[in-house]
Formats: sequence, structure tokens, C-alpha cells
Amino acid sequence: MGTTTGAKGEPIIRVIGLDTGYDGVPLLTDVNFEVRRGEVFGILGGSGSGKSTILKNMIGLLPPIRGKVLFGDDDIATAEGDARERILSRFGVMYQSGALFGSMTLLENVRLPLETATSLPDDAIDLIARMKLELVGLEAFTGHLPAELSGGMQKRAGIARAMALDPEILFLDEPSSGLDPITAASLDATIRRLAEATGVTFVMVTHDLASIYTATDRVILIHKKARGIIAEGDPRRLRDESEDPRVRSFFRREPEPIAA
Amino acid sequence: MAVAAFAVADDQGGQRVLTLTGRLDAAALKELWKPVRDAVASEPSRPVLIDASGVDYCDGAGAALLVELLRHERAAPLEVKNLRPPFDALLRQFDARRLEHDLDPPPPRIPIVEEIGRAAAQVGRDLRTQIRFIGETTAALAHAFTHPHTVRWRDVWRVAERAGADALPIVALISFLLGMILAFQSAVPMKRFGAEIFVADLIALSMLRELGPLMTAILLAGRSGAAFAAEIGTMRVNQEVDALTTMGLDPVRFLVTPRIIALVMMAPLLTLFSDVVGLIGGAVTMQTFGIPFITFFREADVAVNMKDFIAGFIKTFFFAILIGGIGCLRGLQTAAGASAVGDSATRAVVSCIIMLVVVDGLFALAYYVLDF
Repeated sequence: MGTTTGAKGEPIIRVIGLDTGYDGVPLLTDVNFEVRRGEVFGILGGSGSGKSTILKNMIGLLPPIRGKVLFGDDDIATAEGDARERILSRFGVMYQSGALFGSMTLLENVRLPLETATSLPDDAIDLIARMKLELVGLEAFTGHLPAELSGGMQKRAGIARAMALDPEILFLDEPSSGLDPITAASLDATIRRLAEATGVTFVMVTHDLASIYTATDRVILIHKKARGIIAEGDPRRLRDESEDPRVRSFFRREPEPIAA
Repeated sequence: MAVAAFAVADDQGGQRVLTLTGRLDAAALKELWKPVRDAVASEPSRPVLIDASGVDYCDGAGAALLVELLRHERAAPLEVKNLRPPFDALLRQFDARRLEHDLDPPPPRIPIVEEIGRAAAQVGRDLRTQIRFIGETTAALAHAFTHPHTVRWRDVWRVAERAGADALPIVALISFLLGMILAFQSAVPMKRFGAEIFVADLIALSMLRELGPLMTAILLAGRSGAAFAAEIGTMRVNQEVDALTTMGLDPVRFLVTPRIIALVMMAPLLTLFSDVVGLIGGAVTMQTFGIPFITFFREADVAVNMKDFIAGFIKTFFFAILIGGIGCLRGLQTAAGASAVGDSATRAVVSCIIMLVVVDGLFALAYYVLDF
């Protein structure tokens, strides 16, 4: 995408001492991890474990109770004005529902960030937007409204829009939720292909094991009762080698015993 | 299948045997629940055997009856026997002890003083949100004024059409009827004094200064204020507002500014239209009292001047900003959940109408003081 300014593998986001939750009540405490440039990073955990809350902290929609989310030296929680704009310009987000603007066609949805953030001529914006849609295989649906597309297509369009301004990092919130296994697999393949072809760093929140093994390079696993990270690393190795029964139960899809 | 029934018998060993038969389902439970429980509870020190061999159907409701009997602590044991395997398998899914084990802490009881304090703090927070919103909106409107090319004019025209042009029929109907009713109600008593010609003065003054602007604004609040809240509220629920924020686009500039601009353009035009149609309504009624159109309008022309028209017209700009601002604010404040959008639309209309009346009162006071 032409914006990779650092070496592959160096930390691009550092989360330090993060306490997160709502209304001042922490759900997770002292969360520390880093995302490295060029990888597909997974934030995993069961339902209600707080993984989407961490994502909200990372993209600046929810201020953390304590701690920092650093993009380089800028903390998204405290950055204002130009510093915040600078951070926002470095990433794109695909939301769980796609969050496409319902009154606009796919092309208009992808054009929007380009129109507002750049002063390119109209035909250049048009071409760039069409190219982004082509990246996700939707070049034939530019004039469709989001409601006229399937769930999987809406998510792919969400990725195209998130990539409009060539971000360094793409956040994906539960990309495979609500999709059938085949559509989900094709979306995972798209993510993998984009990661390799464009050098963009992906951070995805998910609990879908198939997606985790196909798409991610490295993951953290969040556990509700432990109120933090219980495992970090290559998901395949965690599945095969972890001694922690909570980690094994997650990766092997075995239910944890109900607490008495 | 047999209707559910039960029988109680005490054997020689001092054990109470409760025999259940028939179909144990929700319909049967209605009759059995209390008597069966009482039969077991009345002798807490006597062992109880529940003989379920005659039960030929048992669903979740039937299982609930058995769990209810099993879960209470008693001095003597209680046993369920001879339940057929499929029903027994269902019953074994439930552990009476686990049912009691609720991980959720009991909801904290808040003393009334604290509750009042919390409510007051919430009002304070709301007020701060509103003041911040007014500031953001003012800044966004000022930015739009100095940088008109940054305004999403396509959205402005779309909203203007829906809030303005599409509202013409309802504004026409209400204003026409308002003019007619006003004329009729005042003409009857005034006729007794031979003063029915002054109905024209009354209608012209009240429509231009007060009723035209206020009725139009209330209609706009009901149509457009609610629509803005619902539209933006749905965007909020669908994470579209979050998407704007992370794209670096200010939701106020993107969503609120075009709507307020559209309303500021449409409200005065609709009010003008309402004034004219209201006068026509009055004139039509007065025809039946023997006052021709030309006389009515000539009288109205004498009664009001440009100052009266401007007094009403100025208000419409403030009303438009108010309706647009409150509608959008309520939309942006939408919480999660299916009923949230409905709540936002309701809150938008109620707040709009209250604020319209308050602001209209302030204008009346200001005009009186300024002798305008």
C-alpha cells in the first residue's frame, strides 16, 4: 500500500498496563501486548471476555480506565487535534456489522474517506475507490446499496472502505460472525491475501477457531475470570503445546467445567 | 393419554407415597402444583417416595414440579422413583443445588438520598453534554459558513426536500383548518357587535406573529426532529457513527450541519406558506359571513405591517436550529438495544416541543420589552 515506513516485525502498536471496562468498573486489568508490523494479529477470547472492549480502546472509541495504547509515541487515549488525526489516518476499521452507510452505494461508501481526507481530482478518487473494491472482489457491485448485498459482501465492502486511505493497520471486529463456513473461509483467504500483497498489519478480534488457524500469525487469548491475557503466541503452537487447561479448552473447543 | 393426577398414601413404615400419573405438562401443572407441594411440605419429618411409574409424558414444566419437590431442604429424604428413562434423563439435567448457585451478585440497594444524588448528577452530565453539543454545532456551522465547499450539499438538498417540500401538504392542511377555525370561533361572538370585519385583523396578526411560526415549528419537530433522531440513532446502533469517528470525520460536521442548514432554509419558507394558507382559510370562512375576499384582505393589510411579519419570521430561524439540533443530539445519544431508536425519537419530539414553547415565550417577552 506504499505506507510501510518501518521494518517488518518491529512493534507498531504497544498496549501498556491497560485497565479496561465500562463506567470505571474494570473488566480486564494490566493488559500488556504489542502488535508487530506486517503480521495478522488475533485478539481471542470467549463471549463477554472483553476482546471487543480492548479493540474499542485501541481505535480510540473508548478511553481506557488506565494505561496506554501507543502508535509510535502517540497515545490514542490522550491525543487531541492533529496528533489524533495523525493516529486516525494510520488505521482503518471494519466493524462487525460492516457499518456501511445505508443511503450510499458501495462506490460512494469507499469514495467518502477519499473525498474528505484528500483533494484528489474526482476521476482519481473514482479509480482508487474502484481499485479498492476490486481488491476485495466487489468491482462488479459498485452501484449496489449495502442492503442489496449479502452479509459476506458487506463485510468485504467494509474492508475496502477501511483500506481506502491506504492505512498501515486494519482493525477487523469479528470478521466471520454471522457468515456461513464457506463465506467465512473466503473472507479469511481475502485477509491473508491482502496481508501478504499489501504489507498492511491486521488486528482482528475473533473467536472463530477456523479463522484463527487460517488467518492469524500471532494471537493473545483473553480470559474473563483471569481478567487478562492468559496466552500469547502462534495459535497452532498454543493448541498443541500449551499446558494451561483454559488455553487447551479454548483451542480444542472443549467446554470448561461449570463452576460449582 | 391420561389426564395428570396424584394420590397420597402413607404406608406402614411411616413413609408417605405420592403417586403421580398421566401427562405432566404445563396444563396439568396448573392444577397439581400447589396440592402436590402441600402434600409433601405438610409432613417434613416423614420420608417421601414419589412413584412416577404412571407418568406417561413429562416435559420441562413436569420436570419443574419434580425439581421443586427435590430442591427444598427437608428433615427426611425425598426420592423420585420409576420415572421412565427419557423423562428421567430430562430430570437429571437439573441439579437443585446448581439452581440456587447464582453468580450474579444481588442488585445493590441504593438509598433514596443516593438515588436523588445520582439523578441530579445525571442531569448535570446531560447539561454538560448539551452545552458541549451546542459548542460543537456552533463551531461546525461557523466552519460551514466560512468553508461552504466542505458542506455535503447533496445531503442538504435531500433533507430539504424531505423536511420542506414533502411537508407542504400537512402544513397546508393544518394552517388552512387553523385559519378557518379561528375565523369561525371569533366571528360568531363578534357578529353580535357587528364587528366581524375585525376577524381579519385577528387572524392576520395571530397567524403572522405567533401561530404560523409556532404551528410550522411543531409540525417540523414531529416530522423532521423525530426523523433526524431515528435516522442518526439507527446509524449509531449500526456502528456507522463509530465508523465516521475512526475515519477522522466529525459526526457533528458530517451529520448535524447539513440537517440544520436544510431546516434553516426550509422553516422560513414553510412558515410563509403557512401564513398565507391560514389567511386564505380565514377568508373562506368569512365569505359565509358575507365578507368578500377583497374586503378581508384589505382589512388584513391595514391590520398588519412588515414589522409583524418580521417578528414572526425571525423566530423561524431559531426554531429551525432548535429542532435540527435537538433531533440530531437525541440521535447521537442513542444507546444500544432495539427500543433505543424509538426512545430517541420520542425524546427528540418531547424536548423540541418544550423548547419551542419556552423560546417562543422568551421571544414574546423580548418583543414586549423592546416594543417590537
